[in-house]
Amino acid sequence: MSAPASFTTLVALLQDKFGTGIVLGTDEAGMPPAVLIAPDAIADVCRFLYEGEQTYFDLLSCITGLDNGPEAASMEVVYNLYSIPYNQHLMLKVVLPRNLPGQSLPVVPSVSSIWRTADWHEREVFDLVGIHFTGHPDLRRILLPDDWEGHPLRKDYREQEYYHGIWVRYGQERLEDESGKHQ
Amino acid sequence: MGLLDQKFGQGGVLVSHVDDLVNWARLSSLWPMGFGIACCAIEMMGAFASGYDLDRIGVFPRPSPRQSDVMIVAGTVTFKMADRLRRLYEQMPEPRYVISMGSCANCGGPYWQWGYHVVKGVDRIVPVDVYVPGCPPRPETLIGGILKLQEKIRKETLMTPEALEKLIARKKGAAV
Repeated sequence: MSAPASFTTLVALLQDKFGTGIVLGTDEAGMPPAVLIAPDAIADVCRFLYEGEQTYFDLLSCITGLDNGPEAASMEVVYNLYSIPYNQHLMLKVVLPRNLPGQSLPVVPSVSSIWRTADWHEREVFDLVGIHFTGHPDLRRILLPDDWEGHPLRKDYREQEYYHGIWVRYGQERLEDESGKHQ
Repeated sequence: MGLLDQKFGQGGVLVSHVDDLVNWARLSSLWPMGFGIACCAIEMMGAFASGYDLDRIGVFPRPSPRQSDVMIVAGTVTFKMADRLRRLYEQMPEPRYVISMGSCANCGGPYWQWGYHVVKGVDRIVPVDVYVPGCPPRPETLIGGILKLQEKIRKETLMTPEALEKLIARKKGAAV
């Protein structure tokens, strides 16, 4: 087996395969180096990196969901890939527009058909941050109860007042601007 | 109530209030439900085990709520657990008692502010008899709580059973 491909080679490989429009940015100094990918293409890119003989990223270490808050109006999904035969790390990122209250959740293609481990990772991101993964076989909440309201790791999250008749908050306080707070 | 072993010399006859006898029987065999939901449960298990040996005061964990007298809520109660916990409590026969063990069960503990998933005190779900403070409480503290519960049971009387009073009050409330 040959030596691991360098970061620039990896980016070039992606651009050869999918065109230049797919790589929206790079961060070579990142730990590990990161590539910003167009959201619609993430599943195809992952499939390519997973199967390619020069890449062979056979392990998905982690998926992270980020909420940058209503001011930034963006959300991110971060994929940490690892190639066991090449002993190489790579980070993929996608940036999504954040949904306003009443709008549907941000959407990104699921990679669970490539790595089975993505199944539960994507469910966790869906549960806590509120990002919808299209093509996921079973996108349910994984930690919170099925009938929970909202996604708690969102920056503007405010917990519901009652759950099954139990007062949720510590004190009895109510916020003035309670309406429209729930995502 | 005096010590039993000093009474046996009197012709095998024992005179006592029924209340005292029943209370003594109840408080001397407080069987807790054998379940724990967080790190407090480790301390509870330590209290059950040979080092502190709660069996010597008749505390002996049972595998079923239907055989239990007391529920020791040892740990963080999440909202997902709340429904289950309430059901387990409802499955226990009267008279039943609840010991809330540790800060989480008492008031939400370290999750009081940002713990959206934590019930801020198990007394929002089931009535609590004794609160045991600590994070987690040492086994001595839990034993202190059990002794406190024994004190409470010692003062009970069959003439005005609390559970029955509550039931009558609820019936009356429903009728109105």
